[in-house]
Amino acid sequence: MIDTNLFQLICFYGFAAVTVAAALAVITLKNSVHAVLSLVLTFFSTACIWLLAEAEFLAIALIVVYVGAVMVLFLFVVMMLDIKQEHVREGFIRYLPVGIVVALVMLAEMLALIGVRAMHGQVMGANPAAAAGMSNTAWLGQALYTQYLLPFEIAALILTVGVVVAVALTLRHRGDKRHESASEQVRVQARDRIRVVKMAPSRPDEPTASQEPRQ
Amino acid sequence: MDQLIHQVLVPVGYIAAIALPLIVAVAMFVYWERKVIGWMHVRMGPNKIGPFGVLQAFADVVKLLLKEVILPSSANRVLYYLAPLLALVPAFAAWAVVPFGEKMVLADVNAGLLYLLAMTSLGVYGIILAGWASNSRYALLGAMRSAAQVISYELAMGLALVCVLVLAGSLNLTDIVHAQAGGKGFFDWFWLPLLPVFVVYFVSGVAETNRAPFDVAEGESEIVAGFHVEYSGSAFAIFFLAEYANMILVSFLASIFFLGGWLSPLQGWIHADAPGWINWIWTGGFAWLLIKAFLMSFLFLWFRATFPRYRYDQIMRLGWKVFIPITIVWVLVAGCMKYFGWVVAGTGV
Repeated sequence: MIDTNLFQLICFYGFAAVTVAAALAVITLKNSVHAVLSLVLTFFSTACIWLLAEAEFLAIALIVVYVGAVMVLFLFVVMMLDIKQEHVREGFIRYLPVGIVVALVMLAEMLALIGVRAMHGQVMGANPAAAAGMSNTAWLGQALYTQYLLPFEIAALILTVGVVVAVALTLRHRGDKRHESASEQVRVQARDRIRVVKMAPSRPDEPTASQEPRQ
Repeated sequence: MDQLIHQVLVPVGYIAAIALPLIVAVAMFVYWERKVIGWMHVRMGPNKIGPFGVLQAFADVVKLLLKEVILPSSANRVLYYLAPLLALVPAFAAWAVVPFGEKMVLADVNAGLLYLLAMTSLGVYGIILAGWASNSRYALLGAMRSAAQVISYELAMGLALVCVLVLAGSLNLTDIVHAQAGGKGFFDWFWLPLLPVFVVYFVSGVAETNRAPFDVAEGESEIVAGFHVEYSGSAFAIFFLAEYANMILVSFLASIFFLGGWLSPLQGWIHADAPGWINWIWTGGFAWLLIKAFLMSFLFLWFRATFPRYRYDQIMRLGWKVFIPITIVWVLVAGCMKYFGWVVAGTGV
């Protein structure tokens, strides 16, 4: 039967190939909705690679946050905008040098990181979760809430401030807008809206027989 | 060869053992829905095909499969056919981590609850793409409404589950059920300490599956049938299957997270020795989970027959201004319960 390590390696190359192909498709596909879907596929296969590296929490969080929420909003916006592809493609040659510079800087940074790690003789680093004998998720939770509590709380605070600012920036009060107060609507009683009138029966056909005033 | 059987054929067998009954359950649930709503409307419901109309759903399946799948003009061909599958796959994939009983789970994943959140959030792609690829205004409107609604209620749902995992101390669904075991019968389950959250979770589940009274994505009276208005035949049947599989999933999950999964409501009260076919009544078993899920899924039908459709702004208000604050407060309350030891997970199994 197939050796487990070999199988993992095959899976890794499979997922990596899909990731790279999908990432290329993001920037080459003409249809912008197709491009967004390729980006979804890129995230998804990246999550698969992380799963292989036993980072299950990060992998599933990537899917929940990016695929499940952020990309849905992306898709939403792209569907609404009727982007003319020709105009987008016009700038390709003009922006190419900038793109190449950015790519080169990123490549250099990655190589430097790997090089620094290799110098210390730990390219991958030991798996701290396995060392502690816990699942990856449990270890991550413990580390975040004990060892790294302050940075974690600061990050949370910054994100909250970001949310509040985003709302404050886009919120504008219009004088001519009519508001519905849900609590007022719920509190409404039947007697506020209709009045039940008791009246004696009357027949409109026979005006002479009727003594009651007609309504 | 032995390894092949163990590593490939056995899991495939398990998958079939979950997926095939699920499909049959969907068919029977559609029949049950029509029957129940019929009774609530003082009508008969389906009663022509088979005894009491039981075979009506299967007749409908055959009808749908034999119909032509129509591709609207200038629709996006690839995405149009891909969308129903994108709706169906997460609806079925989520069942991988559902524990049906002690050790009766396909994949005992440590981050099972997160996996469920991931899978349920993927289902919205099928709806959005169906709406966009159909090249129809009604379909696009339905897709937009659905996307906004699913994203809003996902937050409340996720926060509600945070309360569950604070009390259970685990993301593993089997552990979550074990955390509800105890000697006080059904008072040991999480519905009691997490009562407001339980309500929020189930209502969010109804909203996530786009069911009445949150069915603005379909909204027959406003936008014909919403995102799947252009679909016919088997493509429509797949959307139908996904929606009902999701409803049954939410019913199972509500039973697992808040109603003790396969645990018996009489746990700890009766200590009698009886043969296995009676014993499950107090020791717990698969049948209890089925009963609970059946009762929860009945609520879906009851809601549909009872409530008029919410207006779009009312849906958004309920999600953002009511449910999310409630769940955030209850996360704190659950934290206090855990910290002060008012609720202890899994006492006296």
